[in-house]
Amino acid sequence: MTLDAQIGLQLGSLDLDVELRAAPGEVVALLGPNGAGKSTVLRCLAGLVPLDRGCIEIDGVVVDDPAGDVLVEPEARPTGFVFQDYVLFDHLSVVENVAYGMRARGTARREARQRAHEWLERFDLADYAQQRPGALSGGQAQRVALARALATSPRLLLLDEPLAALDAGTRANVRRDLRRHLAGFDGMRLVVTHDPVDAYALADRVVVLESGRIVQTGTLAEVTAHPRTRYVADLVGVNLIVGDVVDGVLTTPSGARVVIADASDGRTLATIRPHSVLLARGDAVVSSARNTWRGTISDIDRLGDRVRLVIEGELALTAEITAAALDDLDLRPGDDVHASVKATDIEVAPA
Amino acid sequence: MTRRGRRVGLPFPALLLAGIAIAFFALPLVGLLWRAPWSSAWTYLTEDTALTALRLSLVTSLCATALSIVFGVPLAWLLARVDFPGRGAVRALCLLSMVLPPVVGGVALFFALGRRGVVGQYLDEWFGITLPFTTAGVVVAQTFVAMPFLVITVEAALRQLDPRLDDASRTLGASRWYTFRRVTLPAIRPALIAGAVLAWARAFGEFGATITFAGNFPGTTQTMPLAVFLSLETNPEEAVVLALVMIAVSFAVLAGLRDRWFGAAAQPAGAAT
Repeated sequence: MTLDAQIGLQLGSLDLDVELRAAPGEVVALLGPNGAGKSTVLRCLAGLVPLDRGCIEIDGVVVDDPAGDVLVEPEARPTGFVFQDYVLFDHLSVVENVAYGMRARGTARREARQRAHEWLERFDLADYAQQRPGALSGGQAQRVALARALATSPRLLLLDEPLAALDAGTRANVRRDLRRHLAGFDGMRLVVTHDPVDAYALADRVVVLESGRIVQTGTLAEVTAHPRTRYVADLVGVNLIVGDVVDGVLTTPSGARVVIADASDGRTLATIRPHSVLLARGDAVVSSARNTWRGTISDIDRLGDRVRLVIEGELALTAEITAAALDDLDLRPGDDVHASVKATDIEVAPA
Repeated sequence: MTRRGRRVGLPFPALLLAGIAIAFFALPLVGLLWRAPWSSAWTYLTEDTALTALRLSLVTSLCATALSIVFGVPLAWLLARVDFPGRGAVRALCLLSMVLPPVVGGVALFFALGRRGVVGQYLDEWFGITLPFTTAGVVVAQTFVAMPFLVITVEAALRQLDPRLDDASRTLGASRWYTFRRVTLPAIRPALIAGAVLAWARAFGEFGATITFAGNFPGTTQTMPLAVFLSLETNPEEAVVLALVMIAVSFAVLAGLRDRWFGAAAQPAGAAT
């Protein structure tokens, strides 16, 4: 079960030319700024927008091939779609929403309802079966949308900004639930997002899209260490650290300690932007920064006037400094450095 | 007065103007009621002319409403959802009969569907169908003037509808037709009801196109408005009684549907339970 897509499309000012592959069971995050064409890629895969050129093959079946005059309608594709802000059917109850796909595919009413109830059970929504979607919270609506899409047994699940419609307070919990529910699905998953935290939490691999072109693909760690463009560096290439917080100190699985501000105890995801990492040579570093780790520079990557340094040590980090600072400190791969970060520069979210 | 005004939230001049508007609509009705020959009203009502005309009006206006729905909903969908060249011109063409004097519409229908008309001659020659001066002709004339009211209402609702609802339905495995029946139609139901009521009201009151295209034959083409007009010349008292009957029927329908119509149209479809 694989996805193999070459998407060529001119849509208004968007010129899309994207090659996308996914392996069985893989979760791929499609990251990019607004207008990069992320959602359009999903719409092409689902059959809602036909290609101008290229070819889409899902599970060895060609579903769109303008040259070969093949175009499979959306309803006949093995794809499930979770829309941004979910697009639930407001005139149907929650259970009818989940049963809709099965009914449309000819399942008898009784059986469709029965199976929809099982899905609701699995998604902790059993109590809301008879309610209208309008009465649900954002997180519940998202679960209904996910259950509705999964109930049709798709082989390729497409999620368009599944967390964007939620407020910051509920986002972390919903993200955790979403990861759990996605893990229980064995097909391919493609998640569109503009938040690297979502990508980190949900995906095995990221594909970064800018102005209709793929600028980079790889694991998030690879992309963070060697971003190819400014956008990738600024918005995707951040240090994401998972650990357990006790009394304001996060301890990573490898034993590194990170002092953070305003975090409650428990499993936590901390974001350190590379440009908030200060580097110094020598032993005694005294500053107001609560965090200082020793490490060794393993790699230096120039990107215009800015330089990215990959630091191995107590805590693996990517730091970003100016080329001038690099020259002043005369840093080279293999050098020992102190990396420090103010606790208040670290963003945290429950993992 | 002041307290009520504050509660409603309208400034006094606006309330005054609204009050004048209400009076403007109410006064003609009062005039009719004042002139009504109450003692002889029952006699006029039980006369054959009145009952026949009323029955004919109800049957033809309901047929026209049904035809307006059957053809008008797909037309509204086409105008709202399909981007084709000349869409603006097609929309103008389909709504033209709203502004056209109905008599002109009737004459135009006659040239098109009359026995010598562009299409009418073939209807007559090949199928033996004659529309002018028949009950079917009344229905055609009423549909011609009434359907735009439904089209314009339903098209507005379709334009407001999130097109991604269709997308969601398709990705769940539903065909276009299933999507239309199970998602689109329920979502626009309030507008459809409102449009159908407007179309029915217009068909029920239709006069000009009917009399030019279908004539004025008691029992086959003489609807209530025609009967009122005719009796104005011969028996004004009877005209007033017939007019009041029409008003009563229309008022009952409009008032009866008011809540479902305005209430449901004003709020999203999902909020109605």
